[in-house]
Amino acid sequence: MADSILIKAVALGKTYAFGSTTLKALDQVNLTIARGEFSGLIGPSGSGKTTLLNIFGSLDVPSSGTVEVLGADIGKLSHKDAARLRNYHIGFIFQTFNLLPVYTVYENVEFPLLLRGMRTEQRHKLVMDSLAWVGLADRADSKPAQLSGGQSQRVAIARAVVKQPEIVLADEPTANLDAENSRHVMDTMAELNRNLKTTFVFATHDDKVIAHLRRKITLVDGKIVQDEQV
Amino acid sequence: MLILKLAFRNLLGAGLRTWLNVLALSFSFVVIIFLQGIYNGMNAQAERASVEALYGGGQYWHPRYDPYDPLSLMDAHGPVPARLDSLRTVGLATPILIRQATIYPGGRFQSVLLEGIDPDQDVLTVPSALLRGGDDVIPALIGTRMAKTTGLRPGDQVTVQWRDVHGTFDAADLRIRQVMRTLVPEIDNGQIWLPLERLRRITDMPGEATFVVLRRDGPGPAPGTGWTPRDLAYLLQDIRALRRTKSIQASIVYVFLLFVAMLAIFDTQVLSIFRRKREIGTLMALGMTRVQVIELFTLEGALHSVLAAGAAAVYGLPLLAYEAAKGFELPVDTQAFGFAFGERIFPIYSVALVVGTTALVLVVTTVVSFLPPRKIAKLKPTDALRGRMA
Repeated sequence: MADSILIKAVALGKTYAFGSTTLKALDQVNLTIARGEFSGLIGPSGSGKTTLLNIFGSLDVPSSGTVEVLGADIGKLSHKDAARLRNYHIGFIFQTFNLLPVYTVYENVEFPLLLRGMRTEQRHKLVMDSLAWVGLADRADSKPAQLSGGQSQRVAIARAVVKQPEIVLADEPTANLDAENSRHVMDTMAELNRNLKTTFVFATHDDKVIAHLRRKITLVDGKIVQDEQV
Repeated sequence: MLILKLAFRNLLGAGLRTWLNVLALSFSFVVIIFLQGIYNGMNAQAERASVEALYGGGQYWHPRYDPYDPLSLMDAHGPVPARLDSLRTVGLATPILIRQATIYPGGRFQSVLLEGIDPDQDVLTVPSALLRGGDDVIPALIGTRMAKTTGLRPGDQVTVQWRDVHGTFDAADLRIRQVMRTLVPEIDNGQIWLPLERLRRITDMPGEATFVVLRRDGPGPAPGTGWTPRDLAYLLQDIRALRRTKSIQASIVYVFLLFVAMLAIFDTQVLSIFRRKREIGTLMALGMTRVQVIELFTLEGALHSVLAAGAAAVYGLPLLAYEAAKGFELPVDTQAFGFAFGERIFPIYSVALVVGTTALVLVVTTVVSFLPPRKIAKLKPTDALRGRMA
């Protein structure tokens, strides 16, 4: 069971200083995420969902407590090691897609693999496989500006999973999508979770996403108030 | 290599914005090289004209001759040493005798220097052949500047008064044979050229001279004649000193153009980082280190100058080559510069100029491109993703 724990937070706290006042974004969070989960951090705006997701993704560091992701203590990682952890083991999906605007769809998905220095043929196969999973192989040469919101988010999903990471962190992935596209995107991620055993952690307050989750972790004012397996 | 590839991809992907910057920068390249080429051409022309018309391949000065001391001219004459006279006989040297005098053009008087030159010499480009003949009235040549200050024209006669070697005053009329158009102020301002033998005769200085000019392609001056040898490095030192002064002015233009170009790059970089904050955050989230992101943005800025160098080569090289071949007409009265300029300047573009300018722009662009991305070093990925800048 211990081997299947990918994320472990113990007494995790995060505070932000605003002049003379401090804001407690996370307070004594204890949480484990196991391999293959399809779980979500849910709660209202300002509850600490995105902060927790960012710390899991080594984009931020805790103010107190510890967080281990794939055995690495996030608070003690150097910038370089944190970047390496993100590149090799963690995929990100953002609310605003965050595609690189001057790159084509293919180049966007290829980008994480380029950073790894992977050979061209291997890269090409993985990129085309990823695009095929999300149903956009025929749009490989398009620019992000030529895609709909749903298509853009599916490209972002392909970019997140192309490197076959252990964990995909998705921050409000459907917030900018209509109902049809939201359903399509969530179906795609659920299928990837089933087929590739990729662990997904969402931060969301969107009911359409929440309906797909198999584990719902509710945060209020930086504290976990409910942790429900479905 | 990866960063270079990504930087190129980003630049080309940015489309028109990139090409506008590249065009502006390439324009700076071409203008800097063009202006420096003109400046080099002016310098070369000034030196060449002075050498051809006055300095030759070097000079031997009478021991008392000092061109910076007008009082020395009284005694700065003597028989041409035998070794130098033998050079004259084979056409490798020509003696010049200088005497002070006064002319009376239009009822006024004006101090001048009478310069005696052999009408048959071809060591200097002074058109001395025009001084041949003229048994009754002494033939004379003046330059355009002298003609302007005295109002004399070809065919005019003017009375000249001088003192001979014994200090006795004498006077005669000169007839202006020609007004020569010369680039060299030193053979024009306040000077009247006469046949050497006539000047020697009226001043009772047979076989004497003030200095001897050597042929350009002959042997240079050497000690041992009793007269002071002056090589071209010495004779041209005033022109070169003046050129150094002018080069400061030229450098100001150079630095200004460079500054404008760099301002464009700096501005682009600042805007780029401001506009692409989310992208920076995304790059970090995808696994780029801060150092890699700084390298990427710096290289993007620096590559502007690489592309600009390419663009400048495409349209600038033919343009500059055309100007170098056809010359450049000077639009202003450049005599005010105090240099010997022609009506057309032929720019000179040395390899050092082109390579040096390109290298300088590349280095400065890289440095300027690096300054704005330094902020990224302090940027937290979460702030960047939210579009905030520390």
